[in-house]
Amino acid sequence: MEKIILKNVTKVFGDNPKKALAMLKEGKAKDEIQAKTGAVIGVDNVSFSVDEGEIVVVMGLSGSGKSTLVRCINRLFEPTSGEIIVDGQDVRKLNTDQLREFRREKFGMVFQNFALFPHRTVVHNVEFGLEIQNADKTVRREKADKALELVGLKGWGEKFPSELSGGMQQRVGLARALALDPDILLMDEAFSALDPLIRRDMQDELISLQQSMRKTIVFISHDLDEALKLGDRIVLMKDGAVVQIGTPEDILMKPSNEYVAKFVEEVDITKVLTAESIMKKSQDVAYLSTDGPRAAMRKMKNNAIASLFVLDKQGKVHGIVFADEVAKLIEKGEKDLDQAIVKDIATVSPDTPASELFPLLQGISHPVAVVDENHKLKGIIVKGLLMAAIAERGGNV
Amino acid sequence: MNFELPRIPLGEGIEAVLDFLVKHLAFATKAFSAIADQGIRVMETAMMAVHPVLMIVILTGIVFYLTRQRGVTVFTFLGMGLIWNLGLWSATVSTLSLVLVATLIAISIGIPIGIFCALNNHAYNFVRPVLDFMQTLPAFVYLIPAIPFFGLGRVAAIFATVIFSMPPAIRFTTLGIKQVPRELVECADAFGADRWQKLIKIQLPLAKSTIMGGVNQTIMLALSMVVIAAMIGARGLGGEVWRAIQRLQPGAGFEAGIGIVIVAIILDRVLQKLAKQ
Repeated sequence: MEKIILKNVTKVFGDNPKKALAMLKEGKAKDEIQAKTGAVIGVDNVSFSVDEGEIVVVMGLSGSGKSTLVRCINRLFEPTSGEIIVDGQDVRKLNTDQLREFRREKFGMVFQNFALFPHRTVVHNVEFGLEIQNADKTVRREKADKALELVGLKGWGEKFPSELSGGMQQRVGLARALALDPDILLMDEAFSALDPLIRRDMQDELISLQQSMRKTIVFISHDLDEALKLGDRIVLMKDGAVVQIGTPEDILMKPSNEYVAKFVEEVDITKVLTAESIMKKSQDVAYLSTDGPRAAMRKMKNNAIASLFVLDKQGKVHGIVFADEVAKLIEKGEKDLDQAIVKDIATVSPDTPASELFPLLQGISHPVAVVDENHKLKGIIVKGLLMAAIAERGGNV
Repeated sequence: MNFELPRIPLGEGIEAVLDFLVKHLAFATKAFSAIADQGIRVMETAMMAVHPVLMIVILTGIVFYLTRQRGVTVFTFLGMGLIWNLGLWSATVSTLSLVLVATLIAISIGIPIGIFCALNNHAYNFVRPVLDFMQTLPAFVYLIPAIPFFGLGRVAAIFATVIFSMPPAIRFTTLGIKQVPRELVECADAFGADRWQKLIKIQLPLAKSTIMGGVNQTIMLALSMVVIAAMIGARGLGGEVWRAIQRLQPGAGFEAGIGIVIVAIILDRVLQKLAKQ
């Protein structure tokens, strides 16, 4: 379901937005408009939608209008033209009081430089949104404590923001937004001010929080790696306009123009390519309960392979057998495959990036099993598949 | 050719305006009179109700409580003691009362104006030149219209003092609120705070130390004006100085002058400490 819909949103800064808008519609260049009217085009005719529970990363370099765009969604900046529809409500039609209510109800916002209130303790910062809504004191403390626990800051409530490290301060910023339990999180370069290591931690944490929260998130970032990691979809902006919208893979594999191509050129393809997109999905396997050594050998022969994964009744990976060991069993006249099964094998999850598959495949001669969270076999990967996938997408091995 | 420009009757105009105001603002001046006079009387009575030595101990205690600094506390005790010893106690009490009442009135008008100016750029553009005018006009000039409004005496002195000492309260309040980082105000907006909530919960607390700096300035200006206002009948330490001038008694003049310095130092240190908190 579409939670947020932006239609032709345009934001013009300056004294004479109408004239600038008219010139923009005529297709005049931004420089020309600025020279003639003094108006600056912040956001230029942007349309996209965000589904419920989706993370959309709006990405672009500084000055690309991404922060302006996110502020148009909750009307911290008044859009000059266009439509913004949140939960079926046209945000631009709300009057001041309604807008305030709407902000309280729908949005939580996280800011680049944290924007914590220095005169309030951590817990009072987190309570702020609830306080604004005149929530009962005990209720708001309860919710604030819960939010702090959620971001791993239990017991830090009585400190002041200045006593916390940058990473912790942004956790407070996140907790402040989460305390309200809003449907929508607007995150404006939320992790950009953090050290790379802490930034990665926070990204991982957001991903794991999102698995249980399923919020609708609009995340602003100038960091392509961050966008690829967090985004279900990415909106790439340049000079206030959208250049391309798509999944991370779309952006990487099918850049819509030279600008995008140049942008993604630097990206390490092996970080984006996942086990799931590389793996071979159908393959013969041996079943623990039914297949003996002869049956296993036949399957290997038919597929011209030297090893075979063994699954139990539930389809879970039990181990692997190798042709030479199975041959020995047949020689001995054994009916059971059990003795030949090697149980201690490496498996990977479907979202493992290609970069982590390399070292795994380096040390072993058999394929790697891709398994889901229940340890069921989803597919297999051999070195050849990995190389081919990377070569196909123009990456360097 | 030889012609003369007619002299612009600026002074006459101002007098006409003042006359008009005196006639038609009687209700306001009466109300101001009542508040100011009553205020001073209450403060003076309270401070003179106990023996000076006890009062000095109480004041020293208050200073210690507010500053927690040994130096300032000791200075307060010794300074006040010296004032009492020189026979200037009642004059000092009177001066302190005048300063405090004038300051209270000045900040209770000035801070709201300052807030208004911070939230409304047009208002600030209008108020700023008025403030410049108020601060550069020689202090003595305020004394003259004060007399037709309130007659000679303490109320006129307080009126002139309020006018003279209010600008920093306005300026610093405006400055303090404007200095609150934009991002924090934006954040309050994003969470759906209304104007009043923003002001009370975010802007004023964050502007507090700047506003206190303004209050400090207001008090210092009030103190200096109260001394000048002795010329229109405000008694107190300024009155002592004024009398010493008229009688050519440099010793007595300096004694009263040193009394003023002591009061000023104590007030300044206490307020600076408060502003930092």
